[in-house]
Amino acid sequence: MSAIVPWETDPIRPDEPKPLRITVDGTSIEGLQGQSIAGVLLAHGITEWRTTTAGRRRGVFCGIGVCFDCIATVNGESDVRLCLRRANDGDTVATQDDTREAQ
Amino acid sequence: MTHVLVIGAGPAGLSAAVAAGDAGARVTLLDSGDGLGGQYWRHLPPQRPAQREARLHHGWAAFDRLRGSLVGVEVVTEAQVWAIETVDGIAVHVLIGPADAGGRAARTFAPDALVLATGAHDRTLPFPGWNLPGVFSAGAAQALAKGERVAVGRRAVVAGAGPFLLPVAQSLTAAGAHVVGVYEAARPAALARGWLPRPWRLLGAARKGGELAGYAAHHLGRRVPYRLGRAVIEARGDGRVEAVVTARLNADWSPIPGTERTVAADAVCVSHGFTPRLELPIAAGCRIGPDRFVAVDADQRTSVESVYAAGEITGIGGVDAALVEGRIAGARAAGAPAAAADLKRRTATTDFARRIDAAHGIRRGWTSWLRDDTVVCRCEEVAYGPLRDAAAATDQASLRSLKLTSRAGLGICQARMCGRTVEELTGADPARAEDTTDRRPLAAPIRLGDLAAPATTCGKDTHV
Repeated sequence: MSAIVPWETDPIRPDEPKPLRITVDGTSIEGLQGQSIAGVLLAHGITEWRTTTAGRRRGVFCGIGVCFDCIATVNGESDVRLCLRRANDGDTVATQDDTREAQ
Repeated sequence: MTHVLVIGAGPAGLSAAVAAGDAGARVTLLDSGDGLGGQYWRHLPPQRPAQREARLHHGWAAFDRLRGSLVGVEVVTEAQVWAIETVDGIAVHVLIGPADAGGRAARTFAPDALVLATGAHDRTLPFPGWNLPGVFSAGAAQALAKGERVAVGRRAVVAGAGPFLLPVAQSLTAAGAHVVGVYEAARPAALARGWLPRPWRLLGAARKGGELAGYAAHHLGRRVPYRLGRAVIEARGDGRVEAVVTARLNADWSPIPGTERTVAADAVCVSHGFTPRLELPIAAGCRIGPDRFVAVDADQRTSVESVYAAGEITGIGGVDAALVEGRIAGARAAGAPAAAADLKRRTATTDFARRIDAAHGIRRGWTSWLRDDTVVCRCEEVAYGPLRDAAAATDQASLRSLKLTSRAGLGICQARMCGRTVEELTGADPARAEDTTDRRPLAAPIRLGDLAAPATTCGKDTHV
């Protein structure tokens, strides 16, 4: 399971991060300002959110915007690479299910 | 005053921008990300400052120096270049704003000279189960550890080939993961062939040598096993990775039967080398050499007038090569001579790139760990068996028609992940331009609405 380094014990001595909230498929989850949306999800141990046409689950693979595995709908706009998109307070994320769309 | 546009703010682009500025040019530096430093100096965003962030990096002081020397340089981040024209001067078309957003601000630059420094991304060879959640490219593990302070798993395996595996294992450890092992496909003989001959030449790339020695010491200290001649040949799990199977490899990277071992892990981070990001050099019309990198002369000049290239797109040489090439390209683009010392250093770093390839280059036998149902193209979910059958059925035809038959390489990533693997598995001849997967209709994915009317706001359509 993925996890974030708790800021209090991180040896790089970060300042106290500022929180934000985003909604993912209707559920509100907390993140930190400056995180990518993928980063918010991974910090909560969520490593998969998209379903492919063949019904397989995907999350982050390349982490730098090349593979498009991590795409989701953000504030109504589809196919946004979550590893590249910074989270903003109040963002609404809807995961994409390509099996449904293919039917 | 000469206007130099630099694309890419990693080590090569930063050093090019600073050198061009020092030579008296007006400089604009673009990056598609929202920070500087590229993947090498990927770091926390300004919203998450940390006093000792330098600990996570090599050469952070050099980055700080470069960043501090950008005085007078126009820096435009979140700038996605999607087209370049080089007929009658240079025109660079850019969308500026959050990644993949519709209605980003459109801007066109018409500089006197262009420096391309777009870098590279990992190449991960497919293996059974590599499409399970929990399998990451090594670059992803690195980017998330350094840029987010996220460890992609608790028990991580790092595997593939090349010196990059070591910093990835270190970053994972520093982000709290337990690295179960680092598996380097190259066998000791190949490593010796690459790294031992003419060791004095490595003095030219001394800092890189020191960096690698530092990682080796780190691994001994932390007791992370570093195994040579062994690869991850399968990831297993019910819906996500729970274990990996490793096997010893022959010199040609074919797995040796009977040497398989299963290791419990919840994350597998794999990289077998790097693929240069050639979209923009190709869009600019630059000649690509037989080695599939941008062809440049000793001044980093490409085949297109006033267009220069530096860093990993001209050969995988690491940070020292990128910095030197950037300085040369920046100075020449500004119309100034390159420093003699830099021209000399460039030779040493080129040697370093050859050594990496000799030691860690992909060997043909890897395909024997594939099974018929192993997914090759992740986007279109095309497996090895059907792809091989399609290749056999479309004998002598071009890769393009094979792609249309099999759909491999036609998905949303536009063959960025699987392209070179598909070429290799189908016997494509990269010497023929139509047989490479490097050419894409648009250099970057943009929304149809933005393509039709770049200055207007439009949202909900899909990438092209």
